[in-house]
Amino acid sequence: MLARAGKNSSASGFNYMISFTKHRKIFYTISIILTVASLASIAVFGLKFGIEFTGGSVLEVAYQPTAPALEDIRRVISVVGLEGAAIQVAGDQRVIIKTKPLDEAKKNEVVQGLQSLGNIVAGSESFQIIGPVIGQELKNKTKIVIFLSLLSILIYIAISFRKISRPVKSFVYGFTGIVALCHDIIVPLGVFAWLGHYLGVEITIPIITALLTVFGYSINDSVVVFDRIRENLFKGKVEHFSQIVDQSLNQTLGRSVNTSFTVLLVLAAILLFGGDTLRYFALALFLGVGFGTYSSIFIASLLVVTIFETRQNRGLLKNKK
Amino acid sequence: MLLVFPQTVNKLLGYLNWKFIPNLSETPFKLGLDLKGGCHLVYEADVSQVPAKDQKEAMQGLRDVIERRVNLFGVTEAVVSYQEAGVNQRLVVEMPGVKDVNQAIEMIGKTPYLEFKQERPEAERDALLAKQQAFQDEMKASQGQPEAVVNAIVQKYSGELDLSDPYYPYFIASNLTGRYVKKATLSFDQTAMTPEILLNFNDEGAVLFKDLTEKNVGKKIAIYIDNSLISSPVVREAISGGNAQITGNFSNTEAKELVRNLNAGALPMPIKLISQTTVGPTLGAVSLRQSLMAAWFGLLGICLFMLVFYRFSGLIACISLITYGGILLCLFKFVPVTLSLAGIGGAVLSVGMAVDANVLIFERIKEERKKNESFQKSLELGFSRAWPSIRDSNLTTLLIAVIMFGFGSSFVKGFALTLSLGILTSMFSAMFVTKVLMQAFAGTRWEKFKRLWL
Repeated sequence: MLARAGKNSSASGFNYMISFTKHRKIFYTISIILTVASLASIAVFGLKFGIEFTGGSVLEVAYQPTAPALEDIRRVISVVGLEGAAIQVAGDQRVIIKTKPLDEAKKNEVVQGLQSLGNIVAGSESFQIIGPVIGQELKNKTKIVIFLSLLSILIYIAISFRKISRPVKSFVYGFTGIVALCHDIIVPLGVFAWLGHYLGVEITIPIITALLTVFGYSINDSVVVFDRIRENLFKGKVEHFSQIVDQSLNQTLGRSVNTSFTVLLVLAAILLFGGDTLRYFALALFLGVGFGTYSSIFIASLLVVTIFETRQNRGLLKNKK
Repeated sequence: MLLVFPQTVNKLLGYLNWKFIPNLSETPFKLGLDLKGGCHLVYEADVSQVPAKDQKEAMQGLRDVIERRVNLFGVTEAVVSYQEAGVNQRLVVEMPGVKDVNQAIEMIGKTPYLEFKQERPEAERDALLAKQQAFQDEMKASQGQPEAVVNAIVQKYSGELDLSDPYYPYFIASNLTGRYVKKATLSFDQTAMTPEILLNFNDEGAVLFKDLTEKNVGKKIAIYIDNSLISSPVVREAISGGNAQITGNFSNTEAKELVRNLNAGALPMPIKLISQTTVGPTLGAVSLRQSLMAAWFGLLGICLFMLVFYRFSGLIACISLITYGGILLCLFKFVPVTLSLAGIGGAVLSVGMAVDANVLIFERIKEERKKNESFQKSLELGFSRAWPSIRDSNLTTLLIAVIMFGFGSSFVKGFALTLSLGILTSMFSAMFVTKVLMQAFAGTRWEKFKRLWL
């Protein structure tokens, strides 16, 4: 993908063009399948929110050389009276226990229980309690951040798309940009719903942060393509709108793919080497940026063409030429 | 290499050590609790019994008391602060590097304790003073001895002396405690303009205080908070009516602090632990190592990518990227930014976004060169035409970062801060460093190697 994009943009330029508009049904189909699958995944599995929103405790310890068996841990935890706790063994050594908010005394009982099972590395523990009050507060705070971010992006879209009003109204461009953004968020959420069900991955503050960052980051790819479309419309060399879009996409392809690729590269580094806390954060960003690039190339501008042609066919819109 | 990362950076920064930036290399990076280990506690203070206008003062008193407790506990860089969350008053205690979290929590959880003590009978006092002297002598003699010996001495005396209180021989507890103080206020002596403290006891306290003063005219009364002596005024006369006046050799600030402490000691303000985050030091070190490893691999990957795709220009982009990294790390020290995992994540992400600007510029230059513009001309056009895209593409990310910084939790804040700093630095490094470096080759014979450049 990348190598091809590089070759196209450097060697052959726009003499050779990939016709995106011609094959747009394929891209739509892929996106619709992904979106429907993601929505289904969210509907079936539901989103599992982390304890920072629900309130609760997380206790994490590392054993040397290896963690005890899951049943043993469960037995020890039940003795303390925490049957409902979620227990995870991550890697060979680390044990993560999620439960309702614990006080110090209870926590110490749990730790003592765990110590009886094996050798816990000193200083390897981490413990977090989020009381229900704080959880509620973080939930509200996060809602405000999400709301303001969405609002600011909508305002940004309204401002940056008002310049381009041919051959369809500027709000059509804005609308397709938003459709692409929704796609960029729904797909990663779907993946996380699935991961939540099978691997116990939770929607935590880092993941919401990641998705908001995707919002800010990936709207630009669409804006850049639309800017090119506007530029090429002014030059007016090409007869048909779809050709202009194709030309613009080909001109910006190298840029879009390469800029996203560098971001994906560092995200892959965090994903592989960055440790557990940052892993799912990086994954959310990775999915968001990846699908963001895909949707701004294959969805946003092509949707404009589809809307344009539908209206043209209905005779609702006079062809400029 | 990876493990000595901070030192390496410090060494590199040392080279940039201009005269007007003193000790840059000595300033350490500030690491957050998740990388250093430590604990973060949030308490909710029950202020339902405190009138609204006194709440701030009460919280300040509470803060001071707890800070003193934490310092006594031996946590060096502890930060105790209070914050309002709607109608709730919160106390946040951050203790980096604390070893025994349980004990720390236990110690903090006690409400401040105020007590009044009176002078000991002389004979008793002298006997205790002799013991204290003996204890001190033995301790001095045991210097350099194994710990067990010292412990044995401590053990021997702790039954008879309160070793944490050097004034123990002088004062003996009375039954008057902070429980009976209704209110403490600060006022000034009209003639001498020295600060004095007015204590107002409740009815029960008034009786106790009257008895206490009656018995101790001409003697000292010691005021203790959390078992440490705060002041020991001399009683001039028996005081009835439940009001006491403490004058002493204290400055305005000391007096103010004392009032605050007395009020805090007097106020029944229970605190409740509502959130706790504890990270073990080993886990913190592992997180730090892993996140730095990710940063290195990310940087390495990007450099390789730029070299392969943009050849010589890519090399220049790498140089400007390294400059960018240096500037960013300097900023982290200067601002200073407390680096958490989220912060490192933001910084690493910004490296990927930083190189975007170079990609945009190179793609534009490439286009201009295809139109057979001269090297110099295509550079100029490339930079000026890429600028709007660079500006816009960073603008939205910055916008979201600012919103996240303003309203988010601490993870979000750390990420948003380093990400925005990274983005701003990246724009500078691309528009300035890359440009200057590339222009240095314009007009030289290097520009002839067209294939080499892009």
